[in-house]
Amino acid sequence: MKAKFLVPLFIFLLLAGFLGYGLKLNPREVPSPLIGKAAPTFRVPQLQAEDKTISPEDLKGRVWLLNVWASWCISCRYEHPVLVEFARNSPVPIVGLNYKEVRGDGALDVKGLDPAAELASARLRARQWLVEHGGDPYMVSAVDLDGRIGIDYGVYGVPETFLIDQQGVIRYKHIGPITRESLRDVLLPKIAELQRAS
Amino acid sequence: MRRLALVAALLLPVAGHAGEAAPVSDDPALEERVMRLSHDLRCLVCQNQSIAESNAPLAVDLRNQVREQFLAGKDEAAVVDYLVARYGDFVLYLPPFKGTTLLLWLGPGLLLIAGAGWLGWRLRRRVREVPPPLSAEEHARATALLDGTAKPSQESRS
Repeated sequence: MKAKFLVPLFIFLLLAGFLGYGLKLNPREVPSPLIGKAAPTFRVPQLQAEDKTISPEDLKGRVWLLNVWASWCISCRYEHPVLVEFARNSPVPIVGLNYKEVRGDGALDVKGLDPAAELASARLRARQWLVEHGGDPYMVSAVDLDGRIGIDYGVYGVPETFLIDQQGVIRYKHIGPITRESLRDVLLPKIAELQRAS
Repeated sequence: MRRLALVAALLLPVAGHAGEAAPVSDDPALEERVMRLSHDLRCLVCQNQSIAESNAPLAVDLRNQVREQFLAGKDEAAVVDYLVARYGDFVLYLPPFKGTTLLLWLGPGLLLIAGAGWLGWRLRRRVREVPPPLSAEEHARATALLDGTAKPSQESRS
């Protein structure tokens, strides 16, 4: 008979447990359906070398990181020093994906700007930003002017980082800026695991 | 004449506004299809808005993608598949019925059945419950009440 009074308490604790767990979840982190799938291909101009292009196929056989960034992205400013430090003795190359460098900047009106002019402007802005923010951590950066590559990778916020294996399969996606902690606790162990597997 | 000029002047800002809100494509039927589908797709930046409602740059890009794919001759299902392949089921306001969403779809029904079952069980048990027999004193009081011989003080007490 006494146990009956414990029923509401039990229900309350169960509910509190669920809600408490829900508080810890981050609704901003939408799991990517691309994990375990081949990285979408593209071939676009490089940021630094004007006469060269870059494609994920160029990196076949290596484990690499694809880091989505832009000069107008505020969080990228916090992430950048971590990347620069990481790149000094990184076990893997970091490839940049410069996302909507010109038209992503809400302060600019780019209607009617022709693609060549937009590319030139993107290069100017992105290079300047790299110089001002501690250097270029990227082996190479791809220029995604209209954000089409971003859509293919399911990018919905900058910065995002993809870990891609030797076969060109996306193995992990990091949403938001990389911190020293996330690099040490998550990315580096995953990189080491992929490199051991080869 | 002066009144006409006033009316014309008042209408001016309306005309100017109408000019700004020009549709993105010249084909109203296509625009309607794009907007209808966009209302069922969630914007990943402002998560409680559809990509039809949101003005986030990504929502604009995705609406353009939807329009482009319609122009390329794809149907609604193909466009939805295209977006789900990139952003996952999260973009759908109407989640698909599959293993991982089983509880989501059936949960409310199961809760309703469980509640109704519990209620039915309780009611049946209550009907079957036989009240305990009256004690001798209670029996005497009941008889007195029925006979009309009960004392008023006793009646008011009960």
